[in-house]
Amino acid sequence: MIEVKDVTKIYKNGVVETRALNGVSFKVEKGEFVSIIGPSGSGKSTLMHILGALDVPTSGEYVLNNTSVKKMDEDKLAEIRNKEIGFVFQAYNLLARNSSIKNVSLPMMYGDVPKKERYERAKKALFGVDLEDKLQNTPNQLSGGQKQRVAIARALIMNPSIILADEPTGNLPTNQSSEIMDIFDELNKKGHTIIVITHEDEIAARTKRVITLVDGKIISDKKGKHERIEHAID
Amino acid sequence: MQLIELFEESVSVLRTNKLRTALSALGIIIGIASVITLMTLGAASQKSVTERIQSLGANLLTVSPGSQQDRGDFLRSSGSGGTTLTYDDAEALATSQRITTVDKVAGVYSGNAQVSYGSENDNIQIAGITENYFELRNIELLTGQPITEQDNLLMRKVIIIGESMLEDLMEGVVNPVGETIRINGDTYTIIGVIEETESFGFQGNTAYIPLFTAQHILFGVDYVSQIYVGAKSEDIMEEAENQIGWFLLERHGLDTPDDADFSISSQEDILETVNEVTQTFTTLLTGIAAISLVVGGIGIMNIMLVTVTERTREIGIRKALGAKRRIIVVQFLIESVILTFTGGFAGVLLGLGISAILTKVMSLPSVVSFSSILISVVVSCVIGIVFGIYPAQKASRLQPIEALRYE
Repeated sequence: MIEVKDVTKIYKNGVVETRALNGVSFKVEKGEFVSIIGPSGSGKSTLMHILGALDVPTSGEYVLNNTSVKKMDEDKLAEIRNKEIGFVFQAYNLLARNSSIKNVSLPMMYGDVPKKERYERAKKALFGVDLEDKLQNTPNQLSGGQKQRVAIARALIMNPSIILADEPTGNLPTNQSSEIMDIFDELNKKGHTIIVITHEDEIAARTKRVITLVDGKIISDKKGKHERIEHAID
Repeated sequence: MQLIELFEESVSVLRTNKLRTALSALGIIIGIASVITLMTLGAASQKSVTERIQSLGANLLTVSPGSQQDRGDFLRSSGSGGTTLTYDDAEALATSQRITTVDKVAGVYSGNAQVSYGSENDNIQIAGITENYFELRNIELLTGQPITEQDNLLMRKVIIIGESMLEDLMEGVVNPVGETIRINGDTYTIIGVIEETESFGFQGNTAYIPLFTAQHILFGVDYVSQIYVGAKSEDIMEEAENQIGWFLLERHGLDTPDDADFSISSQEDILETVNEVTQTFTTLLTGIAAISLVVGGIGIMNIMLVTVTERTREIGIRKALGAKRRIIVVQFLIESVILTFTGGFAGVLLGLGISAILTKVMSLPSVVSFSSILISVVVSCVIGIVFGIYPAQKASRLQPIEALRYE
């Protein structure tokens, strides 16, 4: 369902060319729980932007649900982001002025979901992440973990094909971060496809497949538990 | 995605920043208020002038000495200009069998003279008039008698004074009729007092004496400064103008209207000239006020650009969640239009308030021009769109990645 074929991304800053991705290829099937891990500067953020239809590759092809993202214009990309992808960001990226319920409703507004449907759906989604008592709270009245749960509810609201999480636990203390990973686990069990981008081995260890990126290239792609954790278990 | 929701979003944004919203709308408020005020005052003074001129009588024609080209001069000087018209001209117009359109004729000569009463004295405009003058000019006597044909023929030294002269010169005199005042050493008996209606500068502070007295005793001239002609009806004004024109040309031994040593104007002509002048001034002033609207618009553009920069991250989030470019453009446009529209609306109210006060102070008739209100509101919305489009475009062009990275 996701196919990345020999994707390169080159950033031009004046005359200086930066090759952020250099021939990356992999496939992700429906229902997988994948982490993309790598040190900073390895190109994982760039890969995440391409997977999230926030950016298009310089060369190569990205196929999402049998459609090539390369040929799309901005509006089409916006539609893909709205309907196919659920983002969870490190910095939560909630609208500060809006209540939880409004934040969760936002994608439905852009996705032309009838207004009367939205409130119920958003409420249900927030119940799903145990925030039934925080419906009217604005982000600054919530803890980091709570904010991230609002963001997850928002990511799920349009029933996307993939949930793309970019360092979802990066700003959270350990207890809250494992809470968030528990939610992802549960979602994966329900059949959601999840891709987590991280630089933490502990996070990657909780996924079922780990793709390691270094200098814009995939150096390993392993199913099963992450090896370092496996050693630790040993 | 409906406009109403974008509208609600924008309102909540503007509400969170009330002071800024108010300050940025201020330019539009002031601009619209001054446009409304000036347009209203223009319309009010025009109406006032129109009313005054019409109160002089719509069937009145004024024959003045001097050529046709000087027509406008009539407005500036009600006094002596040329010397080409005489009492005989007026008399001929009144009595000739060939003149069929004329009802009444009055000759007038006016000049200034020193008038004294007791120890008080003042320089006052004295108009020598014939007996029909008051009737033609709609002048009402408060007390006493009018000037008669008899007074005129006998060159009686009688005078009719205005209320203001009574107050200034003869303070405390309750019944001035029968009192005497002195003009250039001669003694005149007051026979009446007129009401002063301030009709367009003619009667202001004028005293009236018989025409012959003015011509032969006071000023020593043999011409008149104006002949007033009342046509038989308002509908034959043009016919009357032509008849009088050709009749006087013949009397003066002239061939064509181009040679005429007099000019004829109707109240309609004066009205037109005055309206042209007020119109020009109103347009000019409104134009100047409109410049402040442009300045206000630039203020809006400035604040919207600041807003876009401040909300870069928000725009990024919205785009990541699937907002299309068009929606971002519309959202920011709505915001600037709300700013200018509410500004415009407040400006209309402020402008109406100011003009209500000013018309009262200047004792002008109150005129509410609905077209100017409508235009103002439309113009302020247009300003919102024109000056909001660039910031809105800028917002919509932000790349979601760059915008999300922005801290």
